[in-house]
Amino acid sequence: MALQGVERTALATVRRGLSLTPEFRNGLIGTMALAVVATVGKIIVPIAVQQTIDTGIKGGKPDLSYIFGAVAICAVAVILTALAGYLMNVRLYKSTESSLATLRVRGFRHVHDLSVLTQNTERRGALVSRVTNDVDQISTFMQWGGLMIIVALGQLLVATVLMFIYSWQLTLLVWICFIPLMIALPRFQRLLSRAYTIVRERTGDMLAAVSESVVGAAVIRAYAAEGRTAERVDTSVDANRSAQIRAQTIVGFVFPLTEIVAALAIAGIVLLGVQLGLSGGISAGKLVAFLFLVTLFVSPLQIATEVLNEAQNAVAGWRRILGVLDTPPDVADPGEKGAELPRGPISVKFEDVHFAYPGGEPVLQEVTVEIPPRSRVAIVGETGSGKTTFAKLLTRLMDPAAGRVTIDGHDLREIRFSSLRERIVMVPQDGFLFDGTLADNIRYGRPSATDAEISLALTELGLADWVDGLPAALDTPVGQRGESLSAGERQLVALARAYLADPDLLLLDEATSAVDPATEVRLARALEGVTRGRTAVSIAHRLSTAENADEVLVFDAGRLVQRGAHADLVREEGVYAGLHASWISAAHS
Amino acid sequence: MASKVTSAVMRQGLGVLGVAIRTEKAVFAIAVLASGLYGGMTVASAWALGWATENAVLPAFEKGDITSGVLWSATLLIMGTALLKSIGVAGRRIFAGVVQYRMQARSRRDVTKQYLRLPLSWHHQHPTGQLLSNASADAEAAWAPLAPLPMAVGVIVMLITAAIAMVFTDPALALVGFLIFPAIAVLNLIYQRKLSPLATRAQQLRAEVSEIAHESFDGALVVKTLGREALETERFQRRAHELRDANIAVGRVRGLFDPMLEALPTLGVLIVLAVGAMRLSSGSINSGELVQVAYLFTLLSFPIRALGWVLAELPRSVVGWTRVQAVLDASGSMEYGSAEPAGTRPASLQVDDVSYAYGDSEVLHGVSFDVAAGRTVALVGPTGSGKSTLTQLLVRLVDPAAGEVRLDGEDLRELAYGAIARSAALVPQQTFLFDDTVRGNVALGLDVTDEEVWAALRLAQADGFVARLADGLDTRVGERGTTLSGGQRQRVALARAIVRRPRLLILDDATSSVDPQVEAKILYGLRDSAESSTTVVVAYRMATIALADEVVFLERGRVADRGTHEELLARCEGYRNLVTAYEREESERAAIEADEQEGVSA
Repeated sequence: MALQGVERTALATVRRGLSLTPEFRNGLIGTMALAVVATVGKIIVPIAVQQTIDTGIKGGKPDLSYIFGAVAICAVAVILTALAGYLMNVRLYKSTESSLATLRVRGFRHVHDLSVLTQNTERRGALVSRVTNDVDQISTFMQWGGLMIIVALGQLLVATVLMFIYSWQLTLLVWICFIPLMIALPRFQRLLSRAYTIVRERTGDMLAAVSESVVGAAVIRAYAAEGRTAERVDTSVDANRSAQIRAQTIVGFVFPLTEIVAALAIAGIVLLGVQLGLSGGISAGKLVAFLFLVTLFVSPLQIATEVLNEAQNAVAGWRRILGVLDTPPDVADPGEKGAELPRGPISVKFEDVHFAYPGGEPVLQEVTVEIPPRSRVAIVGETGSGKTTFAKLLTRLMDPAAGRVTIDGHDLREIRFSSLRERIVMVPQDGFLFDGTLADNIRYGRPSATDAEISLALTELGLADWVDGLPAALDTPVGQRGESLSAGERQLVALARAYLADPDLLLLDEATSAVDPATEVRLARALEGVTRGRTAVSIAHRLSTAENADEVLVFDAGRLVQRGAHADLVREEGVYAGLHASWISAAHS
Repeated sequence: MASKVTSAVMRQGLGVLGVAIRTEKAVFAIAVLASGLYGGMTVASAWALGWATENAVLPAFEKGDITSGVLWSATLLIMGTALLKSIGVAGRRIFAGVVQYRMQARSRRDVTKQYLRLPLSWHHQHPTGQLLSNASADAEAAWAPLAPLPMAVGVIVMLITAAIAMVFTDPALALVGFLIFPAIAVLNLIYQRKLSPLATRAQQLRAEVSEIAHESFDGALVVKTLGREALETERFQRRAHELRDANIAVGRVRGLFDPMLEALPTLGVLIVLAVGAMRLSSGSINSGELVQVAYLFTLLSFPIRALGWVLAELPRSVVGWTRVQAVLDASGSMEYGSAEPAGTRPASLQVDDVSYAYGDSEVLHGVSFDVAAGRTVALVGPTGSGKSTLTQLLVRLVDPAAGEVRLDGEDLRELAYGAIARSAALVPQQTFLFDDTVRGNVALGLDVTDEEVWAALRLAQADGFVARLADGLDTRVGERGTTLSGGQRQRVALARAIVRRPRLLILDDATSSVDPQVEAKILYGLRDSAESSTTVVVAYRMATIALADEVVFLERGRVADRGTHEELLARCEGYRNLVTAYEREESERAAIEADEQEGVSA
């Protein structure tokens, strides 16, 4: 089940994006008004020049007092517009950053709320960039590109209005010069956008190749495959460089075009303006002011391709983060409406449960079973028999397609997550640890636990000696994803973490597969918590787990085919007898 | 973090730029020439406009006559300067880019070469994230000032030309320029100094936000199964809000300085008009010259900021360069000898009094054992006893701190590069697959036929699922092999070792994610395959141990005992406890239950 994302136009995407972040709208009108005032600052110089030439130095003798007066008024105007610019910037940064932080956090939370199924169909890196790079792109656009669009349009507008007041003929001339460029700009932007897309792809390839040399360091050395990786790195680094230079070349050619067009406009103004001046259609000051006004056309058009590019990126960024937010969490927390169940011995029922991955074959069918409180249950079956699916349905990582799973008579879908997660905890095979100390990771099971409680838990699990043997005992850093520890040690920490959480039902998905047998036996016994009345469900990879269980559930091809005590099952004709035989032969050959 | 523009940083930064200039002399020279053209022509274009105003525009208005010759000259001047200026701009941008991207690519290649050359122990001491950013972000930052550098050189040319032009036009107006332009440059420098640490902090926080998201999504299953979504969101939100505040702080500085930097040249033009009017009334200049200077101010106000950009990038550049250089300077590469092992099939292996330490904590102490050619030895020991480290020593992924490992009687350190890989294959506990096809992952650069690949996959019990993949051998397995299950990845990794027909095969719990039934098939297959090899296998499962001729029992980094399985069972208590744990458990459990029964009845 992939992320969904509703089809929307660019405008609708932006509107929906902004509606999620009310912080942006607050005071937007004030910010826009300040932006307009700040833009007006751009035409002060042309007006001052025109006034000086036409009124101030008319007839060869400068009217100094008039010029000083005009300059003083203009200077005050410049300072006021600069102040407006400052206020506008501060308001803009505050509102955009606040709204984007909200969007980021909402997106992050939503990714966690999505089902395991949805999370797994997306690449991790892609999910991460939805709450990082994509939001950054929107932020860049709002603070620079989006602002530039307003400023540039305002600049073109006030310049044109002033030009039109001075001379409509010359205004027409200027626009005739610039219109072909404006028409061509989106084309250039597409060219550039394609070039940048290639750069991004090449950068991705390059990073993948480089990361191979770091993440795969051991394998590369063990198989003397340095040459192969070096070749891949060289090729991708060079391809990335070529793509970057290509994009830069396009920018290099497009960027100065505006200057050439502006020069064309200026030359045209001089040629036509002089003719107009002869017939009294324009004053000298106004003509010179035109030369200054043309420069106001240059910067908006020079940055237009880049702004358009950013706008496109921002819309894409919005689309991607909306793609997350628009995907309903198909395994939803009933929240306040949900039931809050008291702690204590737990009873689980599967009632005619079916499951199939979207568009796939059924992987679990007609499963009806009851797990009584305080029991030890082993789940066995070959790879693909449905045992992991069973575990995911029991912990409500997924919901059944048909039928229902209940605990203490309540449908799992009606139980508050906070209550459900407190009562049922699964320990997955891969003991994922967070970058921190051993204590941090164990405490993750129960954030309120004291150091003494953590030590007690470790003692109860028989892991105290192991921890004491580590360089800094409980304060030993485990490294990213726990990689400073061995696979077995990571599983020990993951188990201690779940043990500290102290659930009523503990589900172990081959959670001790990399641990030595003596430790495993010790752990199994501690975790079952016979005295506390905890239910223990284990996906078994070893015969002993099945032998010691009160009940064994045997899965085959998506169905629960046998159930009962090991001693009984082993005498029955069926799947379990076959499994048992292969275990025995594997163990005693 | 050197985020402030101190003079030491400046010197270092200029030194870094010097390296680039020396390396890419020719291209850099072209970029600077182009930029100089751009600088000169910017001033020339203002002069052309002034000339046109004085000689074509004003006479037409004052005297009412125009010479078409003058008009056409004006047009030609304006167009000509603009064209040359554009060529300068294009040349500057393109060739500055060439220098920058070439230097980046060079750093990236050099850094990665080091990664491949340096020993695994070096990798152990450096976090993955840091090494990746050395090759990407740091290599980028080191050469970032190269983009605005030629522009800055061009601006200097522009300023000198402008200064001369202004002094010749009118010293009084030039004085205004000498006040305003240095003021812009200084203001911009202050701006960049204030901005730089704030921007660095925002950048740092951006990386941290990303790291939290990465880790949290990676651990999604743990977060979900323990119901810690709110806790994780809180953790993320704290950092996201810090980033927000850092960005707003950046915005404040930007918001303050950007309008000031725009207002300053505008005020300059106004001063020019006022002063110019006085000079005009005293007859020192004409109107055309006034327009020329005013125009020059308008044109110069923006490019002059390029000087600040270079300075702003310098601290980041120095940090990036220092980090890249630290990798390039790292020594301790693995030295290789020139010997080739005898090459008889199968190989023999001797481990002689070997010790190994990670940093200060020694994990192996004086380990000795040997494996005769063709024999299978099982390494057994509790979790954390040093088995995996030992397997790494056997194929010389790391060198022992003391003692030696010999292959066919030859110290591993005496063997030529690649000689060990040609003889021995390690299948590590942690499977690593490359983002490549199944075939590419099995062959890993070795020249093998499809039949050989299939044969290896068959022995690893992987032929079935590979045949069912959409593109068979050509199926791409994704980054780190994420499209395959754990057990499937392990079997592909196993095939990678088998296809090499190693004389020494080392399996480090290499089938832990594989079903016991499938595992048994693999182990029998290996034992019965025609290719005879010496095998060292890390194992807990009795099935695996049963295949071994001899067992080496490791406890806390020492060889506690060695012998056949039966011998150790009889005399070594630690071994007995470990491997018979399951059987003992049954009886003990029965005893516990009996106790409980008693307790209840009592």
